[in-house]
Amino acid sequence: MSAETARNTSLFDCRDTFSRTVESLAEADPRIVTVVSDSVGSSKLVNFRKRWPDRMVNVGIAEQTVVAVGAGLANGGKVPFVSAASCFLTARALEQIKADIAYSNVNVKLIGQSSGVAYGELGPTHHSIEDLAWLRLLTNLTLIVPSDPWETEQAIRAAAAMEGPVFVRVSRMPVPAIPRTVHHFQIGKAEILREGDDLAIIANGVMVHRALDAAATLAFDGIKARVINMSTVNPLDDAAIIAAAETGAVLTVEEHSVRGGLGGAVAEVVTANRPVPVSRMGFPGFLPTGSAEWLLEHFGLTAAGIADAARALLTRKRQ
Amino acid sequence: MPLPIFALGQAVPSPASMDHRNDPLDTIRAKALWIRRRSFQMVYEAQLGHPGGDFSAADILAALYFGVLRYDPRNPSDPQRDRFVMSKGHCTGAFYAVLAAAGYFPEEMLSTYMQPESRLNGHPNRNYLPGVETNTGPLGHGLPVATGIAIAGQIDGADFRTFVLTGDGELQEGSNWEAALTAGHRRLENLTLIVDRNRLQQGARTEETAGLDPLDDKWRAFGWHVEVIDGHDHRQLYEVLGASPRGRGRPLCVIANTIKGKGVSFMHDNVSWHHGVPTQEQYEQAMRELV
Repeated sequence: MSAETARNTSLFDCRDTFSRTVESLAEADPRIVTVVSDSVGSSKLVNFRKRWPDRMVNVGIAEQTVVAVGAGLANGGKVPFVSAASCFLTARALEQIKADIAYSNVNVKLIGQSSGVAYGELGPTHHSIEDLAWLRLLTNLTLIVPSDPWETEQAIRAAAAMEGPVFVRVSRMPVPAIPRTVHHFQIGKAEILREGDDLAIIANGVMVHRALDAAATLAFDGIKARVINMSTVNPLDDAAIIAAAETGAVLTVEEHSVRGGLGGAVAEVVTANRPVPVSRMGFPGFLPTGSAEWLLEHFGLTAAGIADAARALLTRKRQ
Repeated sequence: MPLPIFALGQAVPSPASMDHRNDPLDTIRAKALWIRRRSFQMVYEAQLGHPGGDFSAADILAALYFGVLRYDPRNPSDPQRDRFVMSKGHCTGAFYAVLAAAGYFPEEMLSTYMQPESRLNGHPNRNYLPGVETNTGPLGHGLPVATGIAIAGQIDGADFRTFVLTGDGELQEGSNWEAALTAGHRRLENLTLIVDRNRLQQGARTEETAGLDPLDDKWRAFGWHVEVIDGHDHRQLYEVLGASPRGRGRPLCVIANTIKGKGVSFMHDNVSWHHGVPTQEQYEQAMRELV
């Protein structure tokens, strides 16, 4: 089934999937607790609190402490899901994530809610388009950026199942279910959603469905674009990236700064292994005010924008 | 050549272990003296370290490990162990010495302090050393993590206790006060904070830098029970830290008034010994005084 025929018009908020999945896990595993910094509603954890008031730790508006308390709860035998707005969780508490979680190597699951430009109108203080760049440097911290509800559930379950620190970037931007013929999620394994050998488009998160739409558009022009969902940013699927570079051109698309995130990670692998032209799509830096949809449109992060960037990249490939 | 790695949790006799006499205060006194001598040797050999803070904390650590904490060095991840978090992670001279004395690893390892690839990093790493609960070094991290440990105990109704030792200058870090609010709010009676109140930070007196007084009132205002003691008085340490927290209904803050460099005349209350290292002559004089 191709992407265009599988168009699903229903849209989902992946936070709902996150909370449903955590509740399902908590039913089976009494070690699971949630840890929030006044972020109960924004994490969609109101029902969790109703069901297990003693298993939700709310430290108040205190991101350093929400992360550190997560580390302490893990020391005490719990499996904590620390959930807060990604912009504050990762920036305000970066040293706690570095020292208490990653360097200490503890079994804590960090959930970056409403990531990217979901809080578009609220401005750059509330955008989280730097989170992957600074977390990617913590080499033992697994980073997952799910693309839709199904993958969000898989990511949360995989995070709970593995021993060690994980960050899952959850979006509140409405996304459709990604059409898949094979449903198999594995941390560190890229997913090829569409075959093609003219170029490869590597995307994650809310950009995956747009990349698929772009590939469908390109197909009308006879351009065969491979579409790769690189939901795990750490550890990176180097083999899939090197294989993508075999097409001769790689386009990365992310709801993140163009510096240091998925695009930076892919470029590192391509230049070291199979140098070919790489174009990186994302945001340039501090952004103007506007809705999330407006920001994506304004910076070309749409199916049409991705298709245009792909055509420009193919010109570079031929030169 | 990499230094030998010992299996985590391996039971090893401490060559320094002395006979446990009937009076715990005698043991604490002997261990505190040994911690000062051994940590100063480590600093002298490495020509690196923080001996002033090692000495202000030595009696507190001796009282905890030889009079208060329940632990088994052969089973360092026992879920029911008492936890100790060394938030002033730069004072690894004293911390590593007390862990060795407690039997977590052989005393010989102390001579690798801060050498290339040593497990005895300048700041403690739980992944390389049994007995370390969380990696510290940046200040203001220990109390928030200890608060999380205590919350886990509270949720489970477990009876283990969690202790954390901070410096006093360290309390200038705002993260401590976030945790102070949470611990007070949750009435974590299983949590004890000990403040090594030596009144000196890296470059000057705390009260000349960003004053902390009245420190006891601050903790009371955050919902904590406060005890102010002489941090070099073994009896006070033993009795205040060892008292059962049951029914207290509040976390406990013990402000331990101490002297940076305590035990060696030329280091007493001298800020230059925050991370000063001794010459051979100074080392020998210190060893003559530490008896």
